[in-house]
Amino acid sequence: MKQIFHLTLPLLITFLLSLFFAFQFFVPHESIRDTYTYLLQCTMIIGCFAMLLGIYSLVRVHFIRIKRRAQNYKYSYMTITALTLTIIVGLFGSIEKGPALEGHMYYFIYNTVLIPIQATMFSLLAFFIASAAYRAFRARSLVATVLLLTAVFVMIGRVPIGGQIHEFLPAFAHWLLNVPNLAAKRAIMIGIGLGASATALKVALGIERSHFGG
Amino acid sequence: MPRTVKIFEYLQHLDRRIIFLMLAIVVIIPMIKTFEMPVTVTPEVKKAYDEIEKLPEGTPIFMALDYDPGTAAEMAPLAEAVIKHAYSKNLKIVSSCLTAVGVSMIESTMKTMSSDFGKVYGKDYVFLGYKPYPAIVIMNMGESFRDPFPNDYYHNNLDDIPLMKGIKNFDNLGLVCVITSTSGIDMWLVYGQGKYRFPMISGLSAVMATDYYPFLYSGQLKGLIAGLKGASEYEKLIGKPAWATKGMVVQSFAHVLIVFFILICNICYFVTGKKERRL
Amino acid sequence: METVISTIIAAFLTLCIFSFLYKDNPFYRMAEHIVVGVSAGYFTVLLFKTTVKDNLWDPLYLNHQWAYLLPGILGIIMWTRFIHKISWLSRYAIAFYLGGAGLSVPLFLRTHVVRQVHASMNPIGLDIETGEFSAKALITTLIIFLGVICGLTYFFFSKPHAGIIGGMAKVGIMVLMAGFGATFGFTVMSRISLLIGRLQFLIYDALVPFYRYLAG
Repeated sequence: MKQIFHLTLPLLITFLLSLFFAFQFFVPHESIRDTYTYLLQCTMIIGCFAMLLGIYSLVRVHFIRIKRRAQNYKYSYMTITALTLTIIVGLFGSIEKGPALEGHMYYFIYNTVLIPIQATMFSLLAFFIASAAYRAFRARSLVATVLLLTAVFVMIGRVPIGGQIHEFLPAFAHWLLNVPNLAAKRAIMIGIGLGASATALKVALGIERSHFGG
Repeated sequence: MPRTVKIFEYLQHLDRRIIFLMLAIVVIIPMIKTFEMPVTVTPEVKKAYDEIEKLPEGTPIFMALDYDPGTAAEMAPLAEAVIKHAYSKNLKIVSSCLTAVGVSMIESTMKTMSSDFGKVYGKDYVFLGYKPYPAIVIMNMGESFRDPFPNDYYHNNLDDIPLMKGIKNFDNLGLVCVITSTSGIDMWLVYGQGKYRFPMISGLSAVMATDYYPFLYSGQLKGLIAGLKGASEYEKLIGKPAWATKGMVVQSFAHVLIVFFILICNICYFVTGKKERRL
Repeated sequence: METVISTIIAAFLTLCIFSFLYKDNPFYRMAEHIVVGVSAGYFTVLLFKTTVKDNLWDPLYLNHQWAYLLPGILGIIMWTRFIHKISWLSRYAIAFYLGGAGLSVPLFLRTHVVRQVHASMNPIGLDIETGEFSAKALITTLIIFLGVICGLTYFFFSKPHAGIIGGMAKVGIMVLMAGFGATFGFTVMSRISLLIGRLQFLIYDALVPFYRYLAG
């Protein structure tokens, strides 16, 4: 009995809904469309609650770190403070762009803190990729050499300096992108399409159950 | 051990902070001492440009500006170039941002660009805002924009907005332009263009752009603008060179440096590798 | 004044993150932890003010559309995941949420498989742009056609990679490496662009106005 409510019914719900969505794709009648849009709305709202679960999880992790006086626990105070402050100014003020002192502190915090830090974190990757290119990009084998040469020709051919060095370089880079790269990525896309469809079928048919946990 | 081999051994184990410093110098100097380099336009970007160019004046288009602050350095010039083109042709823009962390930045971009062109909110452009789960939102929008977005970002009912009066879903739009640095492009291709078959162009981060050439040549994408280089090409096409064009000179020198690093790395590898094999 | 304060704080935080390039330090950790908190707070407010308000609260309480009670209840049930005794209830919310898998099957097959296979089956030698047959188009379409088949053969593990299959797989790996090389080149381009953007902010938005202010 417990097995029915804990596993069988949820699997049945997934299967029936999957069947309906697949059926809707082939039969887009008006009456089915209304149910379809309602189910999509429901999925979005449920997903919204799932995302808030993630926020709760983050807060819990940092509270535990503070409670246990874990290594670098003092930084967790900063995280909790930043989170609380942003939520307060956001909920009690406006989320639109405007002057900070006129109730738009949410945008001010976003523009002053979030944008520069996130943008800079991503820009660090340029340094690491330069370091990786210096240390690890070696022509150890024929396959590695093909990879290396393609990368070099694309890097030089796609920027203006390539055209200044010789007109062959941009043309060759263009050919590399539109012929061998196209073939490779098409083969990968077909593989992805087949894999994604197989995984979706496994979820719909209840063969894949890891998402239920436990 | 010969002295040259010692030098190559030292180079092979060079402190990475020296590499970082070299890159920083090579990037900063062309920024301070600016000069020009001509940008050549590729067919993929020209196709995207032509799709917007052929639309009659006043046609509403959808712009999905799905990028975040982390990739804004690359995507913002691209988005601005396309918006400039759309506004110079007096197209109407319905926009959204399905990437949570980018919403306020996109709102700011739309406000700034629209005010530069004297465009009025509600009449010339609308910003729908954000909803979670792009796949679901796109499928919902394909039926009706009012399903996922009963209100716009400023909590105005969509039925009260003059621009949205004749627009129910993608069928009422001339084009969908997706500018993204996330996997949202897959959602747009599969759940949007794949299901509702609307004409679509895309501006992508260079990291992912090579993966979408197959969709360009199968006709699922009508045009593809890749990264800062694509943005500089688009700026050239619209005749308004801006940040992307300036960035191309810096990009060129940085790429030459990276190629130089690869060359040194391989010379060191072969020289020291030969020494190891002899021993 | 607001812009000046904002730029000063933004420039300071940017330098805090860049300091990681020298070595890990408290300034970097501080900035990292602050951005985690701000991102989470930003996201929470956005979800509440856009989705929860517009798509759940207003339909239920303003428009009395009681059908939205179901997703609201299922959403709250999702939170039972943290209560061990009744965590099995959250499976119903997850089951409902994953029902969309049924739509993925036809759509992924259409966009990623059927359309791509169809595009690979153009007449060999035909230039799609001009509609004419040419020697250049012959080489191009042949390389693409054989490249796709050999690339797919490389990922086919039901038969051992020996003989003809082995030869095709070897050609396939070369084609794939060419694709990955192009991706690496573009990745370098993308990352350098991000660095350019950040340094443009530091130099033109922070340093130059500061220099002008000092120079009077």
